[in-house]
Amino acid sequence: MLNEVMFYLFGAMILTFSVLTVTTRRILRAAVYLLFVLISTAGLYFSLNYNFLAAVQLTVYAGGIVVLIIFSILLTSHLSERAVMAPLKQSIFSALATLAGATLTLMTILRFSFVPNTGVDPQLNITDIGNSMVSYNRDGYALPFEVISVLLLAAMIGAIVVAKKERKLKE
Amino acid sequence: MADYTYTLLIPLIPLFVFLLLGLTGHKMKPLVAGLIGSTGLGISAILSYATAFKYFIGSHVAGAGYASIKGFEVSWLHLTDKLTIHLGVLIDPISVMMLVVITTVSLMVHIYSIGYMKGDPGFYRFFSFLSLFSFSMLGLVLATNIFQMYIFWELVGVSSFLLIGYYYEKPSAVAASKKAFIVTRFADLGFLIGILMLSFNTGTFDFQTLTDPHGPAIASAGGAAFMGLSVLTWSLIFIFIGGAGKSAMFPFHIWLPDAMEGPTPVSALIHAATMVVAGVYLVARLFPVYALGAPDALMVVAWVGGFSSIFAAVIACTQTDIKRVLAFSTMSQIGYMMLSLGVSGYGGEEGLGFMASNFHLFTHAMFKALLFLGAGAVIHAVHTNEIGGMGNLRKHLPITHITFLIACVTIAGIPPFSAFFSKDEILVAAFHSNKLLFAIEYIVAGLTAFYMFRLYYGIFWGKNTQYHHTPHESPLVMTIPLMILAFGSVFAGFIPFHALVTSDGLPFESKIDWLIAIPSVLIGVLGIVVATVMYKKENPLPDKVAGTFKHLYKWAYHKFYWDEIYLFVTRKIIYRYISEPIAWFDRHVIDATMNGIAGITQYSAYAIKGLQSGKLQQYGFVFVSGTIILVLIFVYLV
Amino acid sequence: MIQNIPLSYYLVISTFMFFIGIYGFLTRRNLITMLMSIELILNSVNINFVAFNRYLYPQQLQGHFFMLIVIAVAAAEAAVAIAIIINIYRNFKSIDVENVDEMKY
Repeated sequence: MLNEVMFYLFGAMILTFSVLTVTTRRILRAAVYLLFVLISTAGLYFSLNYNFLAAVQLTVYAGGIVVLIIFSILLTSHLSERAVMAPLKQSIFSALATLAGATLTLMTILRFSFVPNTGVDPQLNITDIGNSMVSYNRDGYALPFEVISVLLLAAMIGAIVVAKKERKLKE
Repeated sequence: MADYTYTLLIPLIPLFVFLLLGLTGHKMKPLVAGLIGSTGLGISAILSYATAFKYFIGSHVAGAGYASIKGFEVSWLHLTDKLTIHLGVLIDPISVMMLVVITTVSLMVHIYSIGYMKGDPGFYRFFSFLSLFSFSMLGLVLATNIFQMYIFWELVGVSSFLLIGYYYEKPSAVAASKKAFIVTRFADLGFLIGILMLSFNTGTFDFQTLTDPHGPAIASAGGAAFMGLSVLTWSLIFIFIGGAGKSAMFPFHIWLPDAMEGPTPVSALIHAATMVVAGVYLVARLFPVYALGAPDALMVVAWVGGFSSIFAAVIACTQTDIKRVLAFSTMSQIGYMMLSLGVSGYGGEEGLGFMASNFHLFTHAMFKALLFLGAGAVIHAVHTNEIGGMGNLRKHLPITHITFLIACVTIAGIPPFSAFFSKDEILVAAFHSNKLLFAIEYIVAGLTAFYMFRLYYGIFWGKNTQYHHTPHESPLVMTIPLMILAFGSVFAGFIPFHALVTSDGLPFESKIDWLIAIPSVLIGVLGIVVATVMYKKENPLPDKVAGTFKHLYKWAYHKFYWDEIYLFVTRKIIYRYISEPIAWFDRHVIDATMNGIAGITQYSAYAIKGLQSGKLQQYGFVFVSGTIILVLIFVYLV
Repeated sequence: MIQNIPLSYYLVISTFMFFIGIYGFLTRRNLITMLMSIELILNSVNINFVAFNRYLYPQQLQGHFFMLIVIAVAAAEAAVAIAIIINIYRNFKSIDVENVDEMKY
């Protein structure tokens, strides 16, 4: 029962704050709404009994990325600024396309009946996840782990190179 | 068989000199450039003389004929197994004779030019062009196959163009060079067609194979293909069109008088002694094919030559520009040579005309170069080309006077000067073949003597013209070539051509036929006497004669209006009714199609470039809608 | 306990989130807001992964790791995108997407 309440609460928060994120005219508020969306998502993960994922969601997404975004907002915008909205025509057409896409997707999803696996409730602990991550046996994820670490390194170097001030060419 | 590989150097030395002078000449002193040019050609001349000595005397076995030898040959373009183009050196009597003629005259002209062109700003350019011309001409006569000959033939045309247009600041010189190039190029089209027909038919370019009496060319003679003549005849007529263009035969003669816009040494070299006889050489080179395979084509050669000779002789009597008189005289004499080839048969006594033609070519080169160089000396002294601006120059220019007189007597055919012998042989050959042509040649002989002495008296006798500054004799560097050529004019007649240059390589006996020779001499003398009466002292007789034959005089003076006819045909007919519609078609159909395609491309580019708007959200919108549509189609509709 | 909530509910939530993100991407002019919309899209995908993992293959960890990878990619993407946005701001004095069209045509 508590689970259901939590689910509906978090679902409602996710939807509300998602809409607010893309509609508010104040950009810093948009960032804060996004933070709420991400936290609500973490709540969903908790309710699914995936504590590790919820923790990652909170630390990396809510803690890392949103802070990054807020920093860049402060670097590039004035807080008093109101965002320029898109022309009405563009908004209408985008809304139509979005609605069409959503309808299509929902129709597809709802027509399909998923059969949940109602076996035992798995008791996951972080040790299993960690072992699996660095294992190279079957069900091991060492390779994706390495790939993603290289990707992060590349992204870090790339971000520094792109963002740093170009040195003025002197003779 | 003797080794003739070194003959390769004869054309290559002038080529080297051309490159040297053309690339580095502007840094040299003029005199150095002139000396380099003359030295290079001098070496070529010595090699040519050595070759001639070796070929005709040194390595010749008495009693045997003169063989045709390939001194050197490489395969230049290997297109297919059947179609290969060679470059090489062919040694046979006529090519050796031409080597001697070209290098001698060219050397004389080089030396003479050092004096004549003194002070000219383009001195080195002039000498490099002269060397280029010598290279092309030597390559032409040494060609082993008809395609190589065509290559050098065009090179000769180009260098002639460059030399005629040497004074490129002068509009008339530019026009003349263009005219010469276009007219000869037009005729060369015939040559090319002829080459293609001939080689397609016989499967070879090679002269030795073509002229072999038992070879494929002559074997293919039979059969009428078009208008009653065989393919071989037609191809030879086309080839002769090319030769007629270079040799200024009627009706391609119009470029030659205008070509006198070039410097006088050029006229001597190109338009008297060497290039214009290329046509004669071409027919002589292919002579066995003409004589044995296509007598009809040979008749065309004879009649074109005969008509050109009298046509030019009549015009020459009325011209007042001394170089133009000489130009028409050249045309007339080349007509002689063509006629002589035309009436000749193949082998032995029958080949008298062939021998006579080459003989006359040889002597003509000597005396005509002398005449031109003498005229150049006169022009150099009085700074005009017009006969009216001269007169009584014999005291001022004694050496020029004597040598010019020798040349005039020679061309008039007075014994024992060289042209008497060669002309006599031509007349004999014509007499045995065609009486009408023979009669024409008698008349031409008289006219020749008349107009040459008209010129001579006009320049050196006649009225006492007042000159701005006293004319003076040319420097030694100019008079020595005159004397050498005069020597050649006098004694070249004693070379036993009938033992050396014959149609089939075998010597035959030839003696002077006095029954024909004496009347021809008398006619020559008559021409001289008439000219003496009319022009030696200033008197009203010439005008009276001109008045009597008013129309003929006027027509001849205007060269029978051939230039005007050509202009009419090109401007009024070809330009208006052919070129302009073609130009219209080109502009409004071909160009318009291309422009239309370009326009449509541009228009559609403008129309669709909005798609590349750079607006990220537009791209995103298109992407999302496209994805939705594709999902709709593939998930629900298919 | 989770049987009370069908899997489809999670999917419906993620679908809405996804299309809200798309709507934001298509209509917001500010580049940073567009970036936030992309984060929404990525997050909705994560919900899907996790929900499928939980409901259909509870013994396995694929969903976990996909989600972790997506988060890492999102972090990398955010870092690079923000670097680019700062660079654009330096060059154009604006981060409005409409102004960044120098390279068109």
